[in-house]
Amino acid sequence: MMDVLEVSGLLTVQDLGRPGYGHWGVSPSGAADRTSLRLANRLVGNDEGSAALELTLGTLTVRARSRTLVAITGAPAAAWIDDRPVPTLRSLLLDAGRTLRLARPTVGLRTYLAASGGVAVPEVLGSRSTDTLSGLGPAPVQAGDALPLGRPAAGPPPAVDVFTQRYLGGGDGPLPVLLGPRADWFSADVLRTLSSASYRVTSDSNRVGVRLDGAALTRSRTGELAPEGVVRGAMQVPPSGMPMVFLSDHPVTGGYPVLAVLLPAAADRLAQLRPGDEVRFALVGPGRSAEDAPGSR
Amino acid sequence: MTSGVIIRPCGLEAVLLEVEDRGQVLDRYEALSAHAPAGVRDVVPSQVAILVSFDPAVTTLEAVVAWIGAVPAVTSSRAAAAAVQIAVTYDGEDLAAVAAAAGMTSEEVVRAHTAAEFRVAFCGFTPGFAYLSGLPVELQLPRRSTPRTRVPAGSVAIASEFSAVYPQASPGGWHLLGRADVRMWDLDREVPGLLSPGDTVRFIASPP
Repeated sequence: MMDVLEVSGLLTVQDLGRPGYGHWGVSPSGAADRTSLRLANRLVGNDEGSAALELTLGTLTVRARSRTLVAITGAPAAAWIDDRPVPTLRSLLLDAGRTLRLARPTVGLRTYLAASGGVAVPEVLGSRSTDTLSGLGPAPVQAGDALPLGRPAAGPPPAVDVFTQRYLGGGDGPLPVLLGPRADWFSADVLRTLSSASYRVTSDSNRVGVRLDGAALTRSRTGELAPEGVVRGAMQVPPSGMPMVFLSDHPVTGGYPVLAVLLPAAADRLAQLRPGDEVRFALVGPGRSAEDAPGSR
Repeated sequence: MTSGVIIRPCGLEAVLLEVEDRGQVLDRYEALSAHAPAGVRDVVPSQVAILVSFDPAVTTLEAVVAWIGAVPAVTSSRAAAAAVQIAVTYDGEDLAAVAAAAGMTSEEVVRAHTAAEFRVAFCGFTPGFAYLSGLPVELQLPRRSTPRTRVPAGSVAIASEFSAVYPQASPGGWHLLGRADVRMWDLDREVPGLLSPGDTVRFIASPP
């Protein structure tokens, strides 16, 4: 058990989500930044997909009821065990009765806290993730909650106990994207704009998606698209031309043409950008020019 | 490549199949979902397309595209499946307004809604919300200009070319014809979703 003494910001339990139920309208959900979730789990000897805590731009204090290995990844936050400063991106031993405190991160948006054994709240459709769109999974974690932890993996402690990693935010170069299923709704000029313009993350972004503001990506085709299945990382473009990129809690279908799809690791990086941060995209892979646009038969 | 289908790219972990004859989407969906190989995570139909997502640690884009091409367009297994019957008390707030807009009496609206054979085209909006195609043309109306902030669970409603039963209370802009005492979505059930894409559905009028 781990007692949650104090929380500010959105704190949810997240694993790698519940794929496989899209035909019933169930979103995949899961950690917004999967790279950081996996890393945190590896540092404490868990399976990469174990459930951990995702804290969005807030502070957190927890107390262990028994000796627990913990690790902090994602948006870098100052951390203390009792009054002793401790580093992120490494295994930390939290003895029974000791408290771990996280400050608000200085850059980035989402900090992950994994504990050995994983957060063992009940599964819903094979996942412990909170889906903020549908309400599936546990309610967001509040101060006063006691989080059950699973049994730590048997065997020796994890082989990796520290990572060195540059901060995985937007300042690390443009985010790689592939042409999406409806890139043929857009002209070659728009593809050039997408690859060169800078976009700003707006404040109406959340676990469902990141809304961007910048140079309009204007469609060359009019008319309505029948809603169709979308994926995490899909960049859909409404008539305003301002793109929106889906994150983990995206609806299963979207009604606007998907111009491009971020690589999974790029979606993780986007999920770490704050409102006001700038982001650029780089088209990679086949079909970068309009001549061989998608739609092969 | 398999005929009548356009394979569209959708990132490193999915492809989108656009089905040229939208009448074939559900047959293709059923054939694909019945024979999904290891590594295929989700097969999600919509009106004109089917999204197939996969785990790249288990399979590859090439293998998934080859599998899609090899699956027959039509499955023979579902033909015998019985329609799901849903009893409805037709006392919805919008019944009279729908009747007026359609130039019918309320009784005629109920007769048309209960005479139709619906089919689940796809699910979305909220878990278990099934978009039922087969709504008679005379009942096809645009959504309400002002959505309701709360539509109760079990509400039987129509909008555009679809009918639906709200699985949980939610905001909604559809026209309410009545209510059904049925759990469309129940996580305590072995199969939470009452309806899956391809299922056929009939509504039966209950006495008010």
